[in-house]
Amino acid sequence: MTLQQMGKMAGIATLPLLILGIVLGIILWGSFNWALELTNTEKFCISCHEMEENVYQEYQETGHFNNRTGVRATCPDCHVPREWIHKVARKIRATNELYHKLMGTIDTPEKFEANRLELAMHVWKTMKENDSHECRNCHDFDSMDFEKQEPRSADRHEEAIDEGKTCIDCHKGIAHHLPEGWEEAAKAAGLQD
Amino acid sequence: MKNTIITATATVFMLLLVPDTLSAGVESLRGALPLDAPAKIFSAKRQQKVEGGFERSWKQQPPPIPHEIDKDRISLRENTCLKCHSKENHEKEKAPEVGKSHYIDRTGKKLTRISQRRWFCNQCHVPQVEASPLVGSTFQPLPQKK
Ligand code: HEC
Ligand code: HEC
Ligand code: HEC
Ligand code: HEC
Ligand code: HEC
Repeated sequence: MTLQQMGKMAGIATLPLLILGIVLGIILWGSFNWALELTNTEKFCISCHEMEENVYQEYQETGHFNNRTGVRATCPDCHVPREWIHKVARKIRATNELYHKLMGTIDTPEKFEANRLELAMHVWKTMKENDSHECRNCHDFDSMDFEKQEPRSADRHEEAIDEGKTCIDCHKGIAHHLPEGWEEAAKAAGLQD
Repeated sequence: MKNTIITATATVFMLLLVPDTLSAGVESLRGALPLDAPAKIFSAKRQQKVEGGFERSWKQQPPPIPHEIDKDRISLRENTCLKCHSKENHEKEKAPEVGKSHYIDRTGKKLTRISQRRWFCNQCHVPQVEASPLVGSTFQPLPQKK
């Protein structure tokens, strides 16, 4: 085989290979993201009875589930980052949750209640560290009309801007009930002043 | 026999009259609507939100609540009112502290936590709506020194 022939063959082989590679890539990438999105729905979150029986019931009573304007914040809106890389990181950490699902760590309301403070503290800590990033996907101090808020809200928000406070510093228990002893625990951990 | 016929006719006659005479001026609470018709809808009343709080009518009156409370929850485990009104938090939350009486038990002992008797705040404190009173009243509040 001359060099020229070899080059020709390679050319013939590369094109289909390249196309095959691209197609496969699209399919794999697509299904990866598809699976990512499928596990990023409220329906998926509450397919576990642990979530359905406890947090979901409470969330249904709140303004993020049902309100005047009909805009809803679902579980992943508050619990999964939107940016791809952070989203994947969160999904990888979720394997820990699968382990506890298998172990039945919180499979009764009593067990859930017993572990609730610890779970809540995880969320508060994460949100404190990322400046309540998930809340800020939807809310923004700059777009708030303080005139239209209750005076007690506007007063505190002005203070929050001045002192650089973040949403979760003040807004705990907006979507779920608060665990017993939350105030003491949060204050001790520096998550509430 | 004749008597029986007269009594029977009179009874039937009266029974025919009864529903009419009885229902005149008497109405069920849902109004004079056919049973299968939907009841009248009352217009929603707006809550009164008063900056600085409501005037009290006498010193020992539990003051009405001047802000929304539909997001607050009071249960065995949590009381979200205390997030703002407790002894520890009221200052930073810029909210009035609960009355001193709320930290005293029934024997007069001072407590560090809110008294059990004051746990269910909305037993005594309620929001107000803009509704005109159904009946007139000549009530006069006691003069207040603020
Ligand atoms: C998907 C968008 C979305 C996300 C994420 C979100 N919110 Fe909201 N939130 C809303 C909307 C829309 C409303 C207005 C509901 C209404 O009309 O009453 C609202 C209302 C609120 C209210 C006032 C009513 C209430 O229920 O207390 C607070 C406080 C609030 N959000 C805080 C937060 C905080 C804190 C976070 C983060 C943990 C957060 N929100 C995340 C969309 C969102
Ligand atoms: C310094 C404490 C503090 C911080 C920080 C704070 N809030 Fe608030 N916010 C309050 C208080 C107090 C209220 C009024 C009572 C309530 O709903 O809890 C309020 C009310 C609200 C409301 C309802 C407004 C109304 O009057 O209808 C929304 C929405 C809200 N906050 C969103 C946010 C978001 C989003 C952030 C973060 C960007 C945030 N808040 C940060 C204290 C705070
Ligand atoms: C508006 C934002 C928001 C939404 C929507 C939301 N959560 Fe949460 N979630 C939080 C916050 C904030 C915490 C931290 C604890 C707290 O403040 O109540 C939390 C805590 C939790 C916890 C820890 C246990 C606990 O009760 O504290 C679980 C589990 C949880 N959420 C699951 C869910 C599920 C499932 C859904 C959907 C049905 C959901 N969340 C919807 C904001 C949200
Ligand atoms: C986010 C903080 C916050 C929460 C939660 C809250 N309040 Fe308030 N409350 C205030 C503030 C601030 C005022 C003062 C408002 C004003 O004077 O304009 C107030 C005023 C009051 C007053 C009037 C006091 C007076 O002297 O006139 C009562 C009563 C009251 N609240 C009861 C409650 C009850 C009951 C709950 C729970 C269902 C509750 N509050 C939850 C912040 C809060
Ligand atoms: C048994 C009835 C009762 C219950 C329950 C109750 N209060 Fe009161 N509250 C009163 C009365 C009466 C006053 C006025 C006299 C006083 O200060 O004791 C008052 C006063 C107040 C004031 C105004 C204090 C001031 O001097 O300006 C606030 C704020 C308040 N209560 C909040 C609460 C909160 C929050 C709860 C729930 C944790 C609660 N109350 C439970 C009866 C009650």
